[in-house]
Amino acid sequence: MSPIVKLLAQRIALSLLLLLLISVVIFAGTIVLPGDVAQSILGQSATPEALANLRAELGVNDPPVQRYFAWLFGAMQGDLGTALTSGQDIAQALSSRFWNTLFLAFWAAVVAVPLAIFLGLLAVRFKDRWPDKLISAVTLASISIPEFLIGYVLMYFIAVKLRWFPSVAMVNDNMGLFEKLNAIALPIAVLTLVVLAHMMRMTRAAILNVMQSAYIETAELKGLNAFQVIYRHAFPNAIAPIVNVVMLNLAYLVVGVVVIEVVFVYPGMGQYLVDHVSKRDVPVVQACGLIFAAVYIGLNMIADIVAILSNPRLRHPK
Amino acid sequence: MNRHMQYLASQAAAGKLSRRDFLGKAAALGFTAVSANLLLSTAAKAAGPQKGGTIRLGLQGGSTTDSLDPALVTNTVGLMVTRLWGETLVELADDGGIEGKLAESYEASADAKTWTFKLRSGVTYSNGQNVTADDVVKTMERHSGEDTKSGALGIMRGIKDVRADGDSVVFELDSPNADLPYLLADYHLIIQPNGGNDDPAAAIGTGPYIMKSADMGVRFVAEKNPNYWGDLGNADTVEIIVINDDTARVAALQSGQVDVIDRVPPRTAKLVDRAPNITVHSTSAAGHYVFIMHCNTAPFDNNDVRMALKYGINRQEMVDKILNGYGTVGNDTPINASYPMYTELEQRQFDPDKAMHHLKKSGHDGSILLRTSDNSFPGAPDASALFQQSLSSAGIQLDVKREPNDGYWSEVWNAKPFCTSYWGGRPTQDQMFTTAYLSTADWNDTRFNNEQFDQMLVAARGELDVAKRTQMYADMSTILRDEGGLICPMFNDFVEATTDKVDGFVEGIPGQVLMNGYAASKLWVKA
Repeated sequence: MSPIVKLLAQRIALSLLLLLLISVVIFAGTIVLPGDVAQSILGQSATPEALANLRAELGVNDPPVQRYFAWLFGAMQGDLGTALTSGQDIAQALSSRFWNTLFLAFWAAVVAVPLAIFLGLLAVRFKDRWPDKLISAVTLASISIPEFLIGYVLMYFIAVKLRWFPSVAMVNDNMGLFEKLNAIALPIAVLTLVVLAHMMRMTRAAILNVMQSAYIETAELKGLNAFQVIYRHAFPNAIAPIVNVVMLNLAYLVVGVVVIEVVFVYPGMGQYLVDHVSKRDVPVVQACGLIFAAVYIGLNMIADIVAILSNPRLRHPK
Repeated sequence: MNRHMQYLASQAAAGKLSRRDFLGKAAALGFTAVSANLLLSTAAKAAGPQKGGTIRLGLQGGSTTDSLDPALVTNTVGLMVTRLWGETLVELADDGGIEGKLAESYEASADAKTWTFKLRSGVTYSNGQNVTADDVVKTMERHSGEDTKSGALGIMRGIKDVRADGDSVVFELDSPNADLPYLLADYHLIIQPNGGNDDPAAAIGTGPYIMKSADMGVRFVAEKNPNYWGDLGNADTVEIIVINDDTARVAALQSGQVDVIDRVPPRTAKLVDRAPNITVHSTSAAGHYVFIMHCNTAPFDNNDVRMALKYGINRQEMVDKILNGYGTVGNDTPINASYPMYTELEQRQFDPDKAMHHLKKSGHDGSILLRTSDNSFPGAPDASALFQQSLSSAGIQLDVKREPNDGYWSEVWNAKPFCTSYWGGRPTQDQMFTTAYLSTADWNDTRFNNEQFDQMLVAARGELDVAKRTQMYADMSTILRDEGGLICPMFNDFVEATTDKVDGFVEGIPGQVLMNGYAASKLWVKA
């Protein structure tokens, strides 16, 4: 077996083991939260009888270990169960939410990733001169401001004052692609501002690191211009750390945008998860947690694989 | 007074009150015929609901875990959606009385123990089926059965038997209750085909709209029911969008993405109202923000401690700073002028000397622990800090412990001896007292146990003489004010806002939020 295939198999097996451990951790976490699901569903209007009735129906009287394994075997067969609170099929309810989340993350990434890398290259090209300083200042400022505040500011000027884009990013199946993009323009803008700095700084640092190498000097002596040196010689060698930070930010775009979803009323997975956590709806929390974990682990695995593949010593074993 | 006149004028203009009646009532209120006529003509110009268009509401309180099952509705969004597709037997009228919905008329036996509701004939559900008395019986059974999860279970307890009798439904009660129609106006008690036993969340009902799409906690769309029996429902389409974030909700209104929002934050309401195309509506209501003490737990089992705390709170300051003026001061009873048969009691004032006196008399020494959280009512931690300050001027030390929002209603409220909370109003005194102050009530969150109070409550329920009943409720409020575990500093207004795209908002309708939940079907889009 070639070392690459072996490495990949190891990565994937480790990822699956990690997922299993995470499901245990999530389950344990939901158990130690105060309150129970029946109380949370009925809220202030809970009578003892109604509580007892609901608890029995929901099956929360069974021991936790038994509930965990029942769920695990169901999930392996693609059955995520039904939500305790609304009785909906989780897989079905989750899928539209998950696609919405991916839709927003995808378009945010389409804008942010090329922009970040381009700005990173630009900053290297004009290192320590005003374009570099301007790019650094603006992106660092945008990452330092809390994302909800950026959201409110954009909402006030662009949606309320200028009325260019809507403040409520409500998408549904009846909308065309252009309508959907119009609706999510503001959240995309905010997310771009939030993830830009991280990726741009990492690109800049990784390439500058490579730029110290002897072969860059050789390339310069060959008479290549600065952009060609960066693009043809520095960038391929800096790709591993850049892919790593890009993947981390993509994962953030999928799993970490609850605040943006709330501010812009976007029907993604984050809000769905938060609602169910506060109602102790363990099956839904498990399912969301598992999907988020899978996205995170999957994207990091891709980053690892790209790093392995971009390393000539691993591609061409002796 | 002026508001009442405007209300009468709009009723007259809409044809619900005859011109002669209107002028008569106006004269009784001290208006001259000329000014009354003028008012009527402006109202008529403004009135005349227009049909068609889409009304979009941006509301707080929905969650993806909600259900369309009316038994499980707990929040404003659920209330508004339920009001679109379903109807109860009877409903609160705009003047605080009762009007028929699916029941055309009703009558009580002389002892108020047997009630007969005659159903409106020829009403159909949105699936085409006829409404039968049997459906009503099944509905009531579903909400009161042994294994029900209904939020209306508490108020269904006193009903011994429900049976169909031709096109009427007969309710037999355990004990006399002059308020039964008010209980049956509860928004959970939507009449569904076969009582909703087949599919409680199918949203099949007799309401003015038919649900087209329902994405829980996100968005609801309903279209006009072409076969609706009544005159509700002006817009062709109603869209309800759940916007839980305060700033986002206000921005959606300002940018014209929605026409109506609820819960305008009191802090910014005056700023929002300044925008030329937006009107903020403030409706005084029976909901109140409270500090509750368990009367059976030390040190609150000593009435002097309770009195010390009641004298140590500055009510007007709370209304000014916590509600920003959108509210009225409370008087340590859950009852205010929103209730029928209300008697004004002497207002308790902030009095540090009396607070000190009562504390000394109680012999209590040391600090008192108050628990609070952000979600117990908006601004609760701030209100607790104000309470702490006003008490310290009376030499009483209050420790405030901030609890997490998560789990507050199960771990702290109705469990710990002293905490912040809120109560929504109820349509009648009887319902409010029965829900929370009867010694055996499930939600007796002050652990109040007063035999005399309990006896009076039962006696008042069966009393058909309004004057006697009014006096009884005044006496009961006095007992609560002077002995209860409730510190009620303020009644909060409902603060809601509309854009100038829609018209027809009436402030001051008793009961609930957004014109008792009928804003979607009673407002209209201006042509």
